Amino acid sequence: MDLHPVSGTGSPVSRRRFFGVAGLVAAAGVATACGSNTGRDGGSSSSAAGPATSTAGGTSGSAGSAGSAGSGAASGTAPAGSVSLSQWYHAYGEEGTQQAVERYAAGYTKAKVTVQWNPGDYDKKVAAALLTGSGPDVFETGNGPSIDQIQSGQVAPLDGILGSAQSDFTASLVERMSYKGKLYAVPQVIDMQLLVYRKSMLDKAGVKPPTTFDELVAAAKALTTSDVKGLFLGNDGGAGVMVGPVLWSVGADYLTKDNAVGFDDPNVATAFGRLHELFASGSLLLGAPTDWSDPSSLTQGLTAMQWTGLWTFPVLAKELGDDFGVLPWPKFSATVGSPSVPIGAYGSTVSAKSKDVQAAKDYVRWLWVENTADQLDFAQSYGFHVPARKSLADKADKLKSGPAADAVDILQKYGHAQTPLLWTPASGTAMSDAVTNIVKSGADPKAALAGVRTTVQAELARVAK
Amino acid sequence: MAAPGDTLSSARHGSGAVPAAGRSRPGWGRRLAGQQNRNLWFWVFVGPFALGLLVFVYIPIGWSVYLSFFDARNTVTPTVFVGLSNYREMLTDPAFLSSLGTFVLFALFIVPLTFAGGLGLALMVHRARRFKAFFRSVYFLPTACSYVVAALIWKMSIFSGVRFGLLNTVLRAVGLPPVAWLSVTHPPWYWLVIVTLRLWLQVGFYMILFLAGLQRIPTVLYEAAAVDGARPGWQTFRFITFPQLRATSAAVLVLLLINAFQAFDEFYNLLAVAGASGGGGYPPYARPPLVYLYYIALGNQQDFGHGSAGAVILALVIAVFTVLQGRLLGGRRRSDEAAPAGRRRTHRREADA
Repeated sequence: MDLHPVSGTGSPVSRRRFFGVAGLVAAAGVATACGSNTGRDGGSSSSAAGPATSTAGGTSGSAGSAGSAGSGAASGTAPAGSVSLSQWYHAYGEEGTQQAVERYAAGYTKAKVTVQWNPGDYDKKVAAALLTGSGPDVFETGNGPSIDQIQSGQVAPLDGILGSAQSDFTASLVERMSYKGKLYAVPQVIDMQLLVYRKSMLDKAGVKPPTTFDELVAAAKALTTSDVKGLFLGNDGGAGVMVGPVLWSVGADYLTKDNAVGFDDPNVATAFGRLHELFASGSLLLGAPTDWSDPSSLTQGLTAMQWTGLWTFPVLAKELGDDFGVLPWPKFSATVGSPSVPIGAYGSTVSAKSKDVQAAKDYVRWLWVENTADQLDFAQSYGFHVPARKSLADKADKLKSGPAADAVDILQKYGHAQTPLLWTPASGTAMSDAVTNIVKSGADPKAALAGVRTTVQAELARVAK
Repeated sequence: MAAPGDTLSSARHGSGAVPAAGRSRPGWGRRLAGQQNRNLWFWVFVGPFALGLLVFVYIPIGWSVYLSFFDARNTVTPTVFVGLSNYREMLTDPAFLSSLGTFVLFALFIVPLTFAGGLGLALMVHRARRFKAFFRSVYFLPTACSYVVAALIWKMSIFSGVRFGLLNTVLRAVGLPPVAWLSVTHPPWYWLVIVTLRLWLQVGFYMILFLAGLQRIPTVLYEAAAVDGARPGWQTFRFITFPQLRATSAAVLVLLLINAFQAFDEFYNLLAVAGASGGGGYPPYARPPLVYLYYIALGNQQDFGHGSAGAVILALVIAVFTVLQGRLLGGRRRSDEAAPAGRRRTHRREADA
């Protein structure tokens, strides 16, 4: 929306507009190049300017495609009867991931798959592309497509795609990505968030790994010095990423099993109030150069404990050796609640507007159901993830020792699906607004949560069809 | 008005006076092209811009108005007409209303500060005896910097919350604890970051506008004032310079206010955080209207109905503000001046005919 000023100073206005437009163009360029504020796995700025596109099948000799039709693209002519598919990923922060997914795509012989790597705000880009006819055929979605994408028919149902492997996939993930009995995404790998701490720093301060929220607060305080903060929960003080763990820590949830509001327990308000005390105590790291999803704050000694993800473990091991341990988010107190960690998964999704939905489904089946070798490579060779297929999780050797093994153990004991399907973005915004007000500004938790309740109920009434 | 034009015109309009024999009527193409192909050239020069304006401004505005009457989620070709309910819901949405409050607060800071800063700089540069061009360029240069780049510098370097941020290093040197500038709300340090950023970026531009205004003030006025006994300095500024800058001041205020309304880049780049995995979050404070609408319509919510209704409301508010301000501050005077001049021209043309 742009309105012209009604005053008649012609020349300055047009000059201002010129700068405005020039600024916008520059802004767009920079925004594409810098993905630092979007907070995906490893939110560090990518050096790639704009989306990087590479075409699979362009070089022969990729693993498994020798002599197959896929190499036909090398001569510039697509093999007869072949289809072109485009596949989108968000920019994983770990080195080598992009080359890996391009290699997988190159190995597919039945279609020419073009991989697009998207630094920056991936979700918004996908959402915009799905409105047009030129979006991706296959793309990944965090925890599967949103309920609105499903209900408005933007994504194609994939029922039956898992075939005989159905029982091998982690059931809770398959359930999370299904709506009314139809599957809408194939889980690629399981991601988990958890608390990571520097063993040496805790030893030095004489602090034991905390098992309750009170112990966590005390530990954060004891670990804080003039140079190092005790705990890092994200630059928003945990308002964004700690909602789930705080709810679970008192035995509550976003929604109940039958999709009603799940945070009415008065302990929820108490727990968020305590989070405000933690925020105000001065032992939280705030305003760090990278956010919670990036391990830099921990490796650079800005904090002694950090909430982050399993994907950071290769970097943590490289930088810190064995000087780090893992914990779930602690239970609220000795008598209330239980420890927890959120688990989620990127799911491979097919656009309903794809020119060849069947070919896109076939590719998803090939890559994320049948091609177990590439799935295993993807899970443990770059950032660490847990394979979505149970039989593969047993084969992931790198997840069998050290902190990664402890993490997998925590996942199995205390894992909660990140957010339920009917927890819409509007509900999420209402909740994180309220939690920010509670945590940062000390707003009354009960009143703030009552406001969230109203929004969530309206959203539930809207999407529960 | 060149002679050939007149000839052509008389040939066209005066066909009654000139015998028709031997003169063919100009073809449709000629007539459309106009005298000296003026119409043609008009469209050659104006056409691309008009087309761009139509395609990238007016059609989207129209479409947005259309969307605002529909339940449009995850689609821009909606089918469910909902009348005014999107407007009703936006106008009762506490988050949207608070975003308008944020704008008012922001404007209260940035408009007077930039106005005073721009005017002050202009007065100083105008009086400078040496290096005038140098100072003019130096103060103007930040205007060329992108808001995104500046926001990253402000966030990552100057106002970084960690101990090695520029300001925190200074604080540490004088024995004060570091401050997480963008993360705390008590006290609301984030306003300092946001306002200084925009001030640095735009003050030079408004300085140039004021400089242009200053240069147009006739020297005789100052001489006359001096003869009448006005002391240089405050008195001269109060009674000569400032009143003479009336038109410039009005334009500057309107531009400042509109720009403040449209604030997006620095807010988004300074304050958006990772949030929950995949979401991307923005705190509920310091969230101006455009940022809020961005999250509703273009963010994960993809709710174009409510987003468009909000955008239309915002556009109307800006329009009302602008018109009111134009009325209050000298818009009228200029139109008074313009009218007689226009009339004079018309009279002359009639006399010529």
